[in-house]
Amino acid sequence: MPVKSSTEPKKSLRQVIAEHNSDPGALLDILRDAQEIHGYLSAAVMEEIADELDIPVSRVYGVATFYTLLATKPKGEHIIRVCESPPCHIRGAVNILETLKEVLGVNPGETTEDKKFTLELTSCLGVCGVAPAMMIGDQVYGNLTPERVKEILKTYA
Amino acid sequence: MSYFRAHVLVCAGTPCMLKGAGAVKDALCREIERAGLQEEVRVVETGCLGPCDDGPVIVVYPEGVMYSKLKPEEMSRIVQQHLLKGRVVEDLVYRAEKEKAKPVVSLEEQGYLDRQYRIVLRNCGRIDPDSIEEYIANGGYEALGKALTTMTPEQVVATVKDSGLRGRGGAGFPTGLKWSFTAPIAADQKYIICNADEGEPGTFKDRLILEGDPHSIIEAMAIAGYAVGADQGIVYIRGEYHLSIERLQRAAARARELGLLGKDIFGTGFNFDLQIRTGAGAYVCGEETALIESLEGKRGEPRLKPPYPGVAGLWGKPTVVNNVETLANIPPIILKGAEWFRGIGTEKTPGTKVFTMLGDITNQGLIEVPMGITLREVIYGVGGGIPNGRGFKLAQTGGTSGGCLPKEFLDLPMDYDSLAEAGSALGSGALLVIDDSHCIVDVLRSFMKFFQHESCGQCTPCREGTARLYQLFSDLAAGKAGQDAVQLIKELCQTMQLSSLCGLGQSAPNGVVTALQYFEEEIQKHVAGECPAGVCRISMGSRAV
Ligand SMILES: Cc1cc2nc3c(=O)[nH]c(=O)nc-3n(C[C@H](O)[C@H](O)[C@H](O)COP(=O)(O)O)c2cc1C
Ligand code: SF4
Ligand code: FES
Repeated sequence: MPVKSSTEPKKSLRQVIAEHNSDPGALLDILRDAQEIHGYLSAAVMEEIADELDIPVSRVYGVATFYTLLATKPKGEHIIRVCESPPCHIRGAVNILETLKEVLGVNPGETTEDKKFTLELTSCLGVCGVAPAMMIGDQVYGNLTPERVKEILKTYA
Repeated sequence: MSYFRAHVLVCAGTPCMLKGAGAVKDALCREIERAGLQEEVRVVETGCLGPCDDGPVIVVYPEGVMYSKLKPEEMSRIVQQHLLKGRVVEDLVYRAEKEKAKPVVSLEEQGYLDRQYRIVLRNCGRIDPDSIEEYIANGGYEALGKALTTMTPEQVVATVKDSGLRGRGGAGFPTGLKWSFTAPIAADQKYIICNADEGEPGTFKDRLILEGDPHSIIEAMAIAGYAVGADQGIVYIRGEYHLSIERLQRAAARARELGLLGKDIFGTGFNFDLQIRTGAGAYVCGEETALIESLEGKRGEPRLKPPYPGVAGLWGKPTVVNNVETLANIPPIILKGAEWFRGIGTEKTPGTKVFTMLGDITNQGLIEVPMGITLREVIYGVGGGIPNGRGFKLAQTGGTSGGCLPKEFLDLPMDYDSLAEAGSALGSGALLVIDDSHCIVDVLRSFMKFFQHESCGQCTPCREGTARLYQLFSDLAAGKAGQDAVQLIKELCQTMQLSSLCGLGQSAPNGVVTALQYFEEEIQKHVAGECPAGVCRISMGSRAV
């Protein structure tokens, strides 16, 4: 997930953990905040969290890899998540994905060479009323056609 | 408060925002100012109005005229003609059944709402979700007041029990009964959890309820807390639902300011507060015990039941988990009574249901109708039928874990029991309509891709079963399946239904099992290398996705 540009000075990982009173019950929230700070959850970050919370690294890793919104690998500046669930599938999600693959030159799970985009597939985004849909970062786009996808990508150029 | 002669509600639900409702609202405000009407006309952002496919949508009150598919440049006409001269701008008026219907006028008169009955969505699109004052002006927090000051907790539980309300999260478990298990348990801490994880493909009702009427959920959770003796509530909400999260946070802060959350509510000594926690992208976390695991900072893997959360839930404490839509029914039931609620819907399933209509249907979007309405009435009535001159092939009710129902079932009443009998489910209220241009194998493959991705992997029948089913349907789609493919699929489905640990694995095969009943011939043809609908690119080998 891209690091949000914000005017607030970024907190350190230690501060985040302290705010959660080093409570392992807050692991998910801590991981989310850590990702916000570092862009993704590297092995070093996960080890530090495990140390601070006094839990095994395996547990941290287990949680970090369970949830699709958490990333253990570096990703591009913008993450494109294309919905492939049945309601979007019925309305032509395959064409949307093909267009993205063609324009970006990557397969799902990959990042473009210039590190600008990571292409991902996702389950239903809850905006099926405007299927087929995708998200780029926090922004949702619906009623997609191959032409619209190309237009949208241009705005990120 | 100054007096406004007209109110314009601008739908600020996500679908409309995506279609440019923000720019429409800005243009509208500019035009109103240009016409010097800013003291007379008030513009209010509101939650989803329903016809999402036709957004951006606005409604002008007092007449209740709905305009749809708006562009910013059309705002000057609406202001000049309607707001200044009182003349409806006919060509921009929303039409329920696009082709044939003549322009219709007020929201109440429109076909769109004709067959609808709004309990859950009572305030959606009618009030400003960011205004607690408007919620209160429409009877909000009255039910909480009534419960706290005139009823015992036992009476609240009894009322909900008598109403016959069943959980709207999927399983349809009687809500009052659920509460009655937790209420008598003596514990130092109990919790109310609102399940707003909503990951079922095709479902977005909870999001629209939270965006359109967040206070109704806060009020309902406080009532539930009073009924079962819990002073802490948690809303577990999908991480992607940014707008719902923001609105709910603002609503909770306002409720706290007015003393409707916090200590000694209504001076009765009852304390209740809630926190909002967000999910991180895992469908299975909608399952109540997986949700609890996730709240405890763990992988969202379902627990073995029993014990049920009502006895030992979050941190081992008695915990009531209810769906957003279930909760939205609570305040009206407390205010109007169990009798009133039982008068709506069917005997076994009173009340209404919010459906999301999707796929090959003219009016995509959100509707609320009495339980027991038939599929035909929904699809061809409110839904406006199937577009592009195509024929009906199947409807899947209940989301991706529901069954595929062919046209013989069009007159089936939509309630928990009738749909379960037909091998499907009412589930979360998703209704996916599929026309005859689609291939059943391609559709089932898409279902299985979803489950394969979302299986938490904890138990073998589901982890391996979903992956194998996806593979088998991919083979069928590619014309590479063996002669025994259909037999293998049947066996796998049965194993999964019987031996999976949680509802995900148990219900994942429903679509396949029903399709094998009604569309077996079409599936078998794929074994022979033929796709009757011409969707699967069999001759070209396996498809790219
Ligand atoms: C795989 C799976 C996913 C589920 N997802 C949801 C969900 O997103 N929202 C929900 O309210 N219930 C969901 N449920 C049902 C919950 O486990 C639980 O029954 C429900 O939240 C109880 O609330 P209710 O009685 O008000 O319906 C899911 C169940 C399963 C098995
Ligand atoms: S049935 Fe599937 S989702 Fe449920 S516990 Fe087993 S593997 Fe996990
Ligand atoms: S199915 Fe794609 S957003 Fe719901």
